Amino acid sequence: MIQLSDYLIVSAILFGLSVAGIFLNRKNMIILLMSIELMLLAVNINFIAFSYYLGDTAGQVFVFFILTVAAAEAAIGLAILVVLFRNRRTINVQDMDSLKG
Amino acid sequence: MGFEQFVFYVFAGLLLFAGAMVITVRNPVHAAMFLVMTFFTSAGLWLMLEAEFLAITLVLVYVGAVMVLFLFVVMMLDINLVPLREGFMRYLPVGILVALAMIIMMGLVVGPEFGAHPVPERHGPDYNNTAELGSILYTVYVYPFELAAVILVVAIIAAISLTLRRRPLVKHQDPDAQIAIRKQDRLRIVKMDSEKK
Repeated sequence: MIQLSDYLIVSAILFGLSVAGIFLNRKNMIILLMSIELMLLAVNINFIAFSYYLGDTAGQVFVFFILTVAAAEAAIGLAILVVLFRNRRTINVQDMDSLKG
Repeated sequence: MGFEQFVFYVFAGLLLFAGAMVITVRNPVHAAMFLVMTFFTSAGLWLMLEAEFLAITLVLVYVGAVMVLFLFVVMMLDINLVPLREGFMRYLPVGILVALAMIIMMGLVVGPEFGAHPVPERHGPDYNNTAELGSILYTVYVYPFELAAVILVVAIIAAISLTLRRRPLVKHQDPDAQIAIRKQDRLRIVKMDSEKK
Protein backbone atom coordinates (compact mmCIF):
# COMPACT_ATOMS: atom_id res chain seq x y z
CA MET A 1 0.00 0.00 0.00
CA ILE A 2 1.06 3.57 -0.53
CA GLN A 3 1.83 5.25 2.75
CA LEU A 4 1.19 8.87 3.68
CA SER A 5 4.94 9.45 3.92
CA ASP A 6 5.36 8.51 0.23
CA TYR A 7 3.19 11.43 -0.83
CA LEU A 8 4.86 13.74 1.69
CA ILE A 9 8.34 12.83 0.43
CA VAL A 10 7.31 13.36 -3.22
CA SER A 11 6.01 16.81 -2.35
CA ALA A 12 9.13 17.55 -0.27
CA ILE A 13 11.34 16.69 -3.26
CA LEU A 14 9.19 18.87 -5.52
CA PHE A 15 9.47 21.75 -3.04
CA GLY A 16 13.25 21.32 -2.90
CA LEU A 17 13.41 21.36 -6.71
CA SER A 18 11.49 24.63 -6.84
CA VAL A 19 13.78 26.20 -4.22
CA ALA A 20 16.75 25.11 -6.33
CA GLY A 21 14.99 26.64 -9.35
CA ILE A 22 14.84 30.01 -7.60
CA PHE A 23 18.58 29.77 -6.95
CA LEU A 24 19.48 28.67 -10.48
CA ASN A 25 17.28 31.03 -12.49
CA ARG A 26 17.66 34.09 -10.36
CA LYS A 27 17.68 36.45 -13.35
CA ASN A 28 14.73 35.15 -15.35
CA MET A 29 11.52 36.43 -13.80
CA ILE A 30 9.27 34.04 -15.77
CA ILE A 31 11.05 30.95 -14.43
CA LEU A 32 10.91 32.48 -10.93
CA LEU A 33 7.11 32.72 -11.24
CA MET A 34 6.98 29.12 -12.48
CA SER A 35 9.06 28.00 -9.47
CA ILE A 36 6.54 29.68 -7.17
CA GLU A 37 3.76 27.76 -8.94
CA LEU A 38 5.71 24.53 -8.35
CA MET A 39 6.04 25.37 -4.65
CA LEU A 40 2.30 25.93 -4.34
CA LEU A 41 1.70 22.62 -6.12
CA ALA A 42 3.96 20.80 -3.63
CA VAL A 43 2.05 22.35 -0.74
CA ASN A 44 -1.25 21.36 -2.33
CA ILE A 45 -0.12 17.73 -2.66
CA ASN A 46 0.65 17.78 1.08
CA PHE A 47 -2.78 19.17 1.90
CA ILE A 48 -4.63 16.62 -0.22
CA ALA A 49 -2.57 13.69 1.11
CA PHE A 50 -3.33 14.70 4.70
CA SER A 51 -6.98 15.27 3.78
CA TYR A 52 -7.26 11.72 2.46
CA TYR A 53 -5.30 9.94 5.18
CA LEU A 54 -6.92 11.83 8.07
CA GLY A 55 -10.40 11.64 6.53
CA ASP A 56 -11.00 15.40 6.74
CA THR A 57 -12.40 17.34 3.76
CA ALA A 58 -11.17 20.67 5.17
CA GLY A 59 -7.78 20.09 3.55
CA GLN A 60 -9.40 19.97 0.11
CA VAL A 61 -11.27 23.21 0.84
CA PHE A 62 -7.95 24.82 1.69
CA VAL A 63 -6.46 23.61 -1.59
CA PHE A 64 -9.44 25.20 -3.34
CA PHE A 65 -8.57 28.57 -1.80
CA ILE A 66 -4.85 28.15 -2.56
CA LEU A 67 -5.74 27.53 -6.21
CA THR A 68 -7.83 30.73 -6.23
CA VAL A 69 -5.09 32.85 -4.72
CA ALA A 70 -2.42 31.28 -6.95
CA ALA A 71 -4.46 32.09 -10.07
CA ALA A 72 -4.84 35.70 -8.91
CA GLU A 73 -1.14 35.88 -8.12
CA ALA A 74 -0.16 34.53 -11.54
CA ALA A 75 -2.46 37.00 -13.32
CA ILE A 76 -1.15 40.03 -11.43
CA GLY A 77 2.47 38.85 -11.61
CA LEU A 78 2.31 38.41 -15.36
CA ALA A 79 0.59 41.80 -15.74
CA ILE A 80 3.43 43.43 -13.78
CA LEU A 81 5.91 41.51 -15.96
CA VAL A 82 4.29 42.81 -19.16
CA VAL A 83 4.29 46.41 -17.88
CA LEU A 84 7.92 46.03 -16.80
CA PHE A 85 8.96 44.68 -20.20
CA ARG A 86 7.08 47.49 -21.94
CA ASN A 87 8.92 50.14 -19.95
CA ARG A 88 12.42 48.62 -19.59
CA ARG A 89 12.63 46.17 -22.55
CA THR A 90 14.06 43.49 -20.22
CA ILE A 91 12.90 41.00 -17.60
CA ASN A 92 16.32 40.54 -16.06
CA VAL A 93 16.00 40.86 -12.28
CA GLN A 94 19.54 42.26 -12.21
CA ASP A 95 18.47 45.33 -14.19
CA MET A 96 15.70 46.29 -11.81
CA ASP A 97 17.78 48.46 -9.53
CA SER A 98 16.19 51.88 -10.04
CA LEU A 99 15.35 52.20 -6.36
CA LYS A 100 18.88 51.34 -5.26
CA GLY A 101 20.51 54.35 -3.59
CA MET B 1 4.32 -4.36 -6.09
CA GLY B 2 0.64 -3.93 -6.73
CA PHE B 3 -0.90 -2.02 -9.60
CA GLU B 4 -1.74 0.93 -7.35
CA GLN B 5 1.87 1.32 -6.28
CA PHE B 6 3.02 1.02 -9.88
CA VAL B 7 0.69 3.86 -10.91
CA PHE B 8 1.88 5.95 -7.96
CA TYR B 9 5.55 5.52 -8.83
CA VAL B 10 4.95 6.28 -12.51
CA PHE B 11 3.09 9.48 -11.69
CA ALA B 12 5.56 10.53 -8.97
CA GLY B 13 8.56 9.84 -11.22
CA LEU B 14 7.08 11.81 -14.10
CA LEU B 15 6.17 14.63 -11.72
CA LEU B 16 9.69 14.94 -10.35
CA PHE B 17 11.28 14.58 -13.80
CA ALA B 18 9.08 17.34 -15.21
CA GLY B 19 9.72 19.54 -12.17
CA ALA B 20 13.47 19.13 -12.64
CA MET B 21 13.12 19.99 -16.33
CA VAL B 22 11.12 23.17 -15.53
CA ILE B 23 14.03 24.66 -13.64
CA THR B 24 16.82 23.50 -15.96
CA VAL B 25 15.66 23.88 -19.59
CA ARG B 26 16.97 26.84 -21.52
CA ASN B 27 13.80 27.85 -23.36
CA PRO B 28 10.96 29.33 -21.22
CA VAL B 29 8.37 27.85 -23.63
CA HIS B 30 9.72 24.37 -22.91
CA ALA B 31 9.69 25.19 -19.19
CA ALA B 32 6.00 26.13 -19.46
CA MET B 33 5.23 22.88 -21.28
CA PHE B 34 7.03 20.86 -18.59
CA LEU B 35 5.06 22.79 -15.97
CA VAL B 36 1.89 21.63 -17.76
CA MET B 37 3.24 18.08 -17.43
CA THR B 38 3.78 18.52 -13.69
CA PHE B 39 0.18 19.71 -13.34
CA PHE B 40 -1.15 16.72 -15.27
CA THR B 41 0.85 14.17 -13.29
CA SER B 42 -0.03 15.73 -9.94
CA ALA B 43 -3.68 15.71 -11.02
CA GLY B 44 -3.19 11.96 -11.44
CA LEU B 45 -1.80 11.74 -7.90
CA TRP B 46 -4.79 13.72 -6.60
CA LEU B 47 -7.14 11.29 -8.34
CA MET B 48 -5.45 8.47 -6.43
CA LEU B 49 -6.13 10.43 -3.23
CA GLU B 50 -9.86 10.62 -4.08
CA ALA B 51 -9.79 14.37 -4.66
CA GLU B 52 -11.47 14.11 -8.05
CA PHE B 53 -12.99 17.59 -8.13
CA LEU B 54 -9.69 19.31 -7.37
CA ALA B 55 -7.82 17.12 -9.88
CA ILE B 56 -10.20 18.18 -12.66
CA THR B 57 -10.04 21.78 -11.43
CA LEU B 58 -6.26 21.68 -11.55
CA VAL B 59 -6.29 20.55 -15.17
CA LEU B 60 -9.05 22.95 -16.23
CA VAL B 61 -7.94 26.05 -14.35
CA TYR B 62 -4.18 25.65 -14.32
CA VAL B 63 -3.48 23.95 -17.62
CA GLY B 64 -6.39 25.63 -19.37
CA ALA B 65 -6.05 29.17 -18.07
CA VAL B 66 -2.94 29.94 -16.04
CA MET B 67 -0.44 28.08 -18.20
CA VAL B 68 -1.98 29.48 -21.37
CA LEU B 69 -1.50 32.92 -19.82
CA PHE B 70 2.14 32.04 -19.09
CA LEU B 71 2.71 30.80 -22.64
CA PHE B 72 0.99 33.89 -24.04
CA VAL B 73 3.26 36.21 -22.06
CA VAL B 74 6.41 34.18 -22.84
CA MET B 75 5.66 34.23 -26.55
CA MET B 76 4.59 37.90 -26.57
CA LEU B 77 7.77 39.18 -24.96
CA ASP B 78 10.84 39.29 -27.15
CA ILE B 79 13.37 38.07 -24.60
CA ASN B 80 17.09 37.82 -25.07
CA LEU B 81 17.81 34.56 -23.28
CA VAL B 82 21.60 34.75 -23.10
CA PRO B 83 21.98 37.25 -20.21
CA LEU B 84 19.18 35.50 -18.32
CA ARG B 85 21.18 32.26 -18.19
CA GLU B 86 24.26 33.94 -16.71
CA GLY B 87 25.30 32.48 -13.38
CA PHE B 88 23.41 29.22 -13.92
CA MET B 89 26.51 27.07 -13.56
CA ARG B 90 27.90 29.33 -10.83
CA TYR B 91 24.84 28.90 -8.64
CA LEU B 92 24.30 25.23 -9.49
CA PRO B 93 26.28 23.86 -6.49
CA VAL B 94 24.55 26.23 -4.08
CA GLY B 95 21.14 25.36 -5.49
CA ILE B 96 21.75 21.62 -5.29
CA LEU B 97 23.12 21.99 -1.75
CA VAL B 98 20.13 24.00 -0.50
CA ALA B 99 17.65 21.70 -2.23
CA LEU B 100 19.32 18.58 -0.83
CA ALA B 101 19.42 20.06 2.66
CA MET B 102 15.73 20.96 2.53
CA ILE B 103 14.72 17.57 1.08
CA ILE B 104 16.73 15.66 3.68
CA MET B 105 15.38 17.75 6.55
CA MET B 106 11.77 17.42 5.40
CA GLY B 107 12.29 13.71 4.70
CA LEU B 108 13.63 13.20 8.23
CA VAL B 109 10.59 14.99 9.63
CA VAL B 110 7.84 13.35 7.57
CA GLY B 111 9.40 9.97 6.77
CA PRO B 112 9.43 8.05 10.07
CA GLU B 113 6.53 9.91 11.64
CA PHE B 114 3.91 9.24 8.97
CA GLY B 115 5.36 6.00 7.57
CA ALA B 116 3.07 3.79 9.63
CA HIS B 117 -0.06 5.92 9.41
CA PRO B 118 -3.12 3.69 8.84
CA VAL B 119 -4.28 3.68 5.22
CA PRO B 120 -8.00 4.48 5.02
CA GLU B 121 -10.45 2.31 3.12
CA ARG B 122 -11.37 3.32 -0.42
CA HIS B 123 -14.82 4.80 -0.85
CA GLY B 124 -17.39 2.90 -2.89
CA PRO B 125 -18.50 3.83 -6.41
CA ASP B 126 -21.38 5.94 -5.00
CA TYR B 127 -18.98 8.35 -3.29
CA ASN B 128 -19.32 11.87 -4.70
CA ASN B 129 -16.31 14.05 -3.96
CA THR B 130 -17.86 17.14 -5.58
CA ALA B 131 -21.01 16.90 -3.46
CA GLU B 132 -19.01 16.42 -0.28
CA LEU B 133 -16.73 19.36 -1.06
CA GLY B 134 -19.73 21.54 -1.95
CA SER B 135 -21.65 20.61 1.18
CA ILE B 136 -18.78 21.80 3.38
CA LEU B 137 -17.73 24.72 1.16
CA TYR B 138 -21.17 26.37 1.08
CA THR B 139 -21.92 25.91 4.78
CA VAL B 140 -18.86 26.07 7.02
CA TYR B 141 -16.59 27.92 4.60
CA VAL B 142 -19.12 30.19 2.90
CA TYR B 143 -17.50 33.39 4.19
CA PRO B 144 -13.98 32.51 2.95
CA PHE B 145 -15.63 31.44 -0.31
CA GLU B 146 -17.06 34.94 -0.79
CA LEU B 147 -13.67 36.41 0.09
CA ALA B 148 -12.08 34.25 -2.62
CA ALA B 149 -14.53 35.75 -5.11
CA VAL B 150 -13.52 39.24 -3.97
CA ILE B 151 -9.84 38.33 -4.41
CA LEU B 152 -10.53 37.21 -7.98
CA VAL B 153 -12.37 40.47 -8.76
CA VAL B 154 -9.46 42.47 -7.32
CA ALA B 155 -7.05 40.42 -9.45
CA ILE B 156 -9.07 41.08 -12.60
CA ILE B 157 -9.24 44.83 -11.94
CA ALA B 158 -5.55 45.01 -11.01
CA ALA B 159 -4.39 43.06 -14.08
CA ILE B 160 -6.51 45.13 -16.48
CA SER B 161 -5.62 48.47 -14.93
CA LEU B 162 -1.92 47.58 -14.92
CA THR B 163 -1.77 46.68 -18.58
CA LEU B 164 -4.27 49.20 -19.92
CA ARG B 165 -2.60 52.00 -21.84
CA ARG B 166 -3.93 54.89 -23.83
CA ARG B 167 -2.42 55.47 -27.24
CA PRO B 168 -3.38 58.99 -28.35
CA LEU B 169 -2.14 58.62 -31.94
CA VAL B 170 -4.36 55.67 -32.83
CA LYS B 171 -7.67 56.47 -34.51
CA HIS B 172 -10.69 54.90 -32.91
CA GLN B 173 -14.43 55.33 -32.64
CA ASP B 174 -15.92 57.24 -29.73
CA PRO B 175 -19.46 55.90 -29.31
CA ASP B 176 -20.24 58.43 -26.61
CA ALA B 177 -19.57 61.35 -28.92
CA GLN B 178 -21.36 59.58 -31.77
CA ILE B 179 -24.55 59.19 -29.80
CA ALA B 180 -24.43 62.65 -28.26
CA ILE B 181 -24.37 64.38 -31.64
CA ARG B 182 -27.44 66.45 -32.60
CA LYS B 183 -28.81 67.40 -35.94
CA GLN B 184 -28.23 71.14 -35.54
CA ASP B 185 -24.51 70.59 -34.83
CA ARG B 186 -23.80 69.28 -38.29
CA LEU B 187 -26.65 70.08 -40.62
CA ARG B 188 -27.34 73.61 -41.80
CA ILE B 189 -30.41 74.22 -43.98
CA VAL B 190 -30.00 77.19 -46.27
CA LYS B 191 -33.11 79.01 -47.49
CA MET B 192 -32.62 80.27 -51.03
CA ASP B 193 -34.61 80.94 -54.12
CA SER B 194 -34.59 78.42 -56.85
CA GLU B 195 -32.27 79.12 -59.76
CA LYS B 196 -33.65 80.29 -63.10
CA LYS B 197 -32.26 79.33 -66.43
